[in-house]
Amino acid sequence: MSFYEVVRFALRGLSANKLRSALTMLGILIGVAAVILLVAVGNGSAKAISDRIEALGTNTITVLSSGRGGSTSTALTPEIADALADPVLAPDVASVSPVVSSSATLTYEGTDHDVSSFVGTTPGWFAASNTPVGTGAAFTADDEAQGRRVVVLGQTVAEELFPGVDPLDKQVTVGGALFTVVGVLQQKSSTGFQDSNDTAVAPMSAVRQVLTGYGSLNSILVEATDPGKVDAVQSEVSTILDQRLEVSATGAASTSTPYRIQNASQLLATQTETAGTFTTLLGAVAAISLLVGGIGITNIMLVTVTERTREIGIRKALGAPRRVILTQFLIEATLLSVLGGALGVAAALIGSSFEIVGVKPVIVPSSVGLALGVSIAIGLFFGGLPASRAARLRPIDALRYE
Amino acid sequence: MTAPVLDVRELKKIYGTGEATVHALRGVNLVVERGDYVAIMGSSGSGKSTLMNILGALDVPTSGQYLLDGVDVSRLADRQLALARNRLIGFIFQAFNLIPRTTAVANVELPLAYAGVKPRERRRRAMAALEVVGLADRAKHEPNQLSGGQQQRVAVARALVTEPALLLADEPTGNLDTRSTDDVLTVFDQLSAAGRTIVLITHEPEVGDRAKRLIRLVDGSIVTDQRQAPVLATGRHQA
Repeated sequence: MSFYEVVRFALRGLSANKLRSALTMLGILIGVAAVILLVAVGNGSAKAISDRIEALGTNTITVLSSGRGGSTSTALTPEIADALADPVLAPDVASVSPVVSSSATLTYEGTDHDVSSFVGTTPGWFAASNTPVGTGAAFTADDEAQGRRVVVLGQTVAEELFPGVDPLDKQVTVGGALFTVVGVLQQKSSTGFQDSNDTAVAPMSAVRQVLTGYGSLNSILVEATDPGKVDAVQSEVSTILDQRLEVSATGAASTSTPYRIQNASQLLATQTETAGTFTTLLGAVAAISLLVGGIGITNIMLVTVTERTREIGIRKALGAPRRVILTQFLIEATLLSVLGGALGVAAALIGSSFEIVGVKPVIVPSSVGLALGVSIAIGLFFGGLPASRAARLRPIDALRYE
Repeated sequence: MTAPVLDVRELKKIYGTGEATVHALRGVNLVVERGDYVAIMGSSGSGKSTLMNILGALDVPTSGQYLLDGVDVSRLADRQLALARNRLIGFIFQAFNLIPRTTAVANVELPLAYAGVKPRERRRRAMAALEVVGLADRAKHEPNQLSGGQQQRVAVARALVTEPALLLADEPTGNLDTRSTDDVLTVFDQLSAAGRTIVLITHEPEVGDRAKRLIRLVDGSIVTDQRQAPVLATGRHQA
């Protein structure tokens, strides 16, 4: 008896009870789709987080003052920033951008807008902080040196103050002084709750003069020549800072250093790890749903075979060899679980093209293989086991089976 | 002279152990020659169903020898048993035992499929067998669309489609009314006239009367075994 014939028997067996076959496949479909999709959501959110951090620039470190109240001996000053740009002591530093920032109110023709971070810095900051200018131009080193009052606005600020108007060359009032808009920043994806487009950038000299005064810097953004050299830059910077700020190596615990160094790649590693945990958690939840789906398959397969033990008896009485009966039931189980699994993968692929709770899912290929493999294995094992038991029965016992 | 179709020697079947031991067959000897039409009668519990299941190779005896067409069935492995059931025996059950949700012709084709007959040849032979039992026009009906008598005639067609050496019928008319019984028995008469070997068991005297040879079984032993002139179909209810 040819294999093709057995396949036809199996198809006839499945179509004889369409509702049950469909429900079994639905169970597998949901299990497989849930695993793939949940893992994809976890993976997608991890990717979104790392993308955002990468947008901050992975080849920079930020030096922050940890001193309270700006005591002169520990404050970050422009002189310290200049000292960091030392080609001998710090050969891996590409650029140094001192940063002062403050909140400010911008006014244009009677329209007010509060900016949470009005940044004063040097032109190198745009490249180092990965904040390109969209329209217009950044201010130049000459603007910075001359203390010209020019400003580059973030997207949000530009939209608020100049709805439907080209903001270039217009003048806005900040802290009683007029600033000329020379450019608008490109749209930037937001990190966390703060709107990173709600910002304005101006030459540091002008900002210090108008807004913050000549106190200490808020931070210094140091760019490394290469993302791989970030750690080297960090140690070079700490050496110089320790010298300049007279931190004694024999002093108190290292927690008392007057500065803090933030490293974007460290932040990235931590976040990726957190996101990984998140993915594992989602995967575990999905695996439980696959397990429950698997028990559903098992149950239906057991019921199907038990219910058809009598049919197996008839077939044996008509002279069906055990092998043919077993093959028929195995093919039925395989078709159910493979079709259900394939439909589940298809459903997951379709589902992953939509945003789910604000996350764009990214499919993990291994989760597809795993979910499909587990569901097929469950279907085969629990479809095959009772079938082989029934096929071994003497025909008379199978016929009498209730 | 060829070997007898059935040659049963000292067949015993014991169910259970200890206190609950039941001797269903206590040493049955039986020889059935080719072309014979044998009815085995006995009351409930006389062991006739057990005998039939063993003759049909559906069950195995506790002891004794059973030659089917010269082959010792008790020594066959599972695979060869399946072959013997397929080629040598056509079995007709009391409860019809058609495969549900499968058309009459597909049911009749089933043993041929297991025998490895090609689909076209299979369909031709299945239709021919349905013709014999007078149901060619019901070929596409599923079992639940057929009456009891029609279902049993489909089962008969299924049993004879492989041209087996032996037709076994276990209470073939037990679930049927008088009219359907007559339809089925008429088919048996025709098959017997065509030279088929038939063994059936029954507890109805009018079924037993149609056979050429009547065997009575009591408590697992044969008590009478006599030849008789079969009562021919009266034509009361010709199909």
